Amino acid sequence: MRNKYSIFSLFKNALSYHENWQRAWKDPTPKKEYDAVIIGGGGHGLATAYYLAKKHNMQNIAVVEKGWIGGGNTGRNTTIIRSNYLWDASAGLYDHALKIWEGLSQELNYNVMFSQRGVMNLAHNLQDVRDLKRRTHANRLNGIDAVYLNTEEVKKFCPIINTSQDIRYPVLGGTLQRRAGTARHDAVAWGYARGADEMGVDIIQNCEVKGIKRNGDAVDGIETTKGFIKTKKIGVVAAGHSSVVANMAGLKLPLESKPLQALVSEPVKPIIDTVVMSNAVHAYVSQSDKGELVIGAGTDDYISYSQKGSHQIVEGTLNAILELYPIFSRMRMLRQWGGIVDICPDASPILSKTSIKGLYFNCGWGTGGFKATPGSGDLFAHTIANDEPHKLNAAFNLNRFVSGDLVDEHGAAAVAH
Amino acid sequence: MFLINCPYCGERDQQEFKAGGEAHIERPKQPTELSDDEWAEYLFMRKNIKGVQFERWNHAHGCRKWFNMARDTSNDEIKAIYKMGEKPPTQ
Repeated sequence: MRNKYSIFSLFKNALSYHENWQRAWKDPTPKKEYDAVIIGGGGHGLATAYYLAKKHNMQNIAVVEKGWIGGGNTGRNTTIIRSNYLWDASAGLYDHALKIWEGLSQELNYNVMFSQRGVMNLAHNLQDVRDLKRRTHANRLNGIDAVYLNTEEVKKFCPIINTSQDIRYPVLGGTLQRRAGTARHDAVAWGYARGADEMGVDIIQNCEVKGIKRNGDAVDGIETTKGFIKTKKIGVVAAGHSSVVANMAGLKLPLESKPLQALVSEPVKPIIDTVVMSNAVHAYVSQSDKGELVIGAGTDDYISYSQKGSHQIVEGTLNAILELYPIFSRMRMLRQWGGIVDICPDASPILSKTSIKGLYFNCGWGTGGFKATPGSGDLFAHTIANDEPHKLNAAFNLNRFVSGDLVDEHGAAAVAH
Repeated sequence: MFLINCPYCGERDQQEFKAGGEAHIERPKQPTELSDDEWAEYLFMRKNIKGVQFERWNHAHGCRKWFNMARDTSNDEIKAIYKMGEKPPTQ
């Protein structure tokens, strides 16, 4: 039985100089066979395993990860959580996640540092104003909190924004979702890993999938760097590498994998207590609890798995940041990195069965998957366990690219692509 | 970020170029007879290869001509550049 994290356990362990804490999760060798295997040990994959074990009573399952837990996009994103998407299907999906976020630290007994500091989206031209007002109305019809702010209200909510009408792209207004915010990305992966491990899920790190074995129209198992693992159900949650895994099964996906960059500054005292995003000039910024400014840049337009982006992308974002926040002009940037994001043509994810029995894909989250982590795991677990999608993810099937019933969220996806 | 040797202008910085995605996807000859599955395949499905991939590029801020490239997407190394209409290199 796992020790519960609490003020008392902290105190107790302090007495022994914090040298006797339990391992948060085990390091098992893979069994010969599992009821289901999740490929990819990021937030979404671990959440899927957690909910499979917890809600669908599937404990004989494994998560295989080629690197280490949360070492991919889970640890590379800018941790923004919001649900102010335009269409009903997306609103249902992302707000389902947001509702789970609100109780996640208690549920996992792990502080994911969920902070509902609000997310503000800025409008810089008349079309932005119309689009954001439309989105605000759509959100409210779907029960998602959203308000439209004029320029003065934007300035009042975040005083360091330059609202001068003389800048190249002046701030004409913005939307605010107060329930939105940020969380600690590593903690989400670690919390789900610890929770899943406690229920008997095997988390197998440094185990790369090399092939998917099929038996006719159904899956039979996976070839990995740690040997063959037999299973009837495979959930692929491989983010930027989804197409690579799909190719192993002889499938093609409507995805393109591109580098997305982010950067953080040196830590400073609290200066911005919310998240501000701007699609038009492509700049978004928040401040971590350590004091670093967390800045998201855009994607490159070419396919790459190199986890490196182009310099001009970062330069463009910083130009926009400096015009909107002149106060940051002498900040120094500490780190800059790239992650590989799998982008769908309609900027919406895929949580779906495939033409191969027992093979499920959770991919296409593109530039904004972190916010959906708990909801994505919950709904994908439901899809795998029942071999049927939940009503909240039914619209996000692979067949929509054949039927034409796309969920176009290019406007609400924060990163233009 | 890398240098690209435009077949018309010579070596230039990558930011002068626009990536045009996977190359050699043939436009359907008889669009009226295509099934929904075939349309999906043509419009949306992509190989998205990790490794050497053939793709189209446009020298958008230069000569504005299109050309093809064989590039290793795992490390962004350019293997070959060839003109539109030419066959992809076999090596």
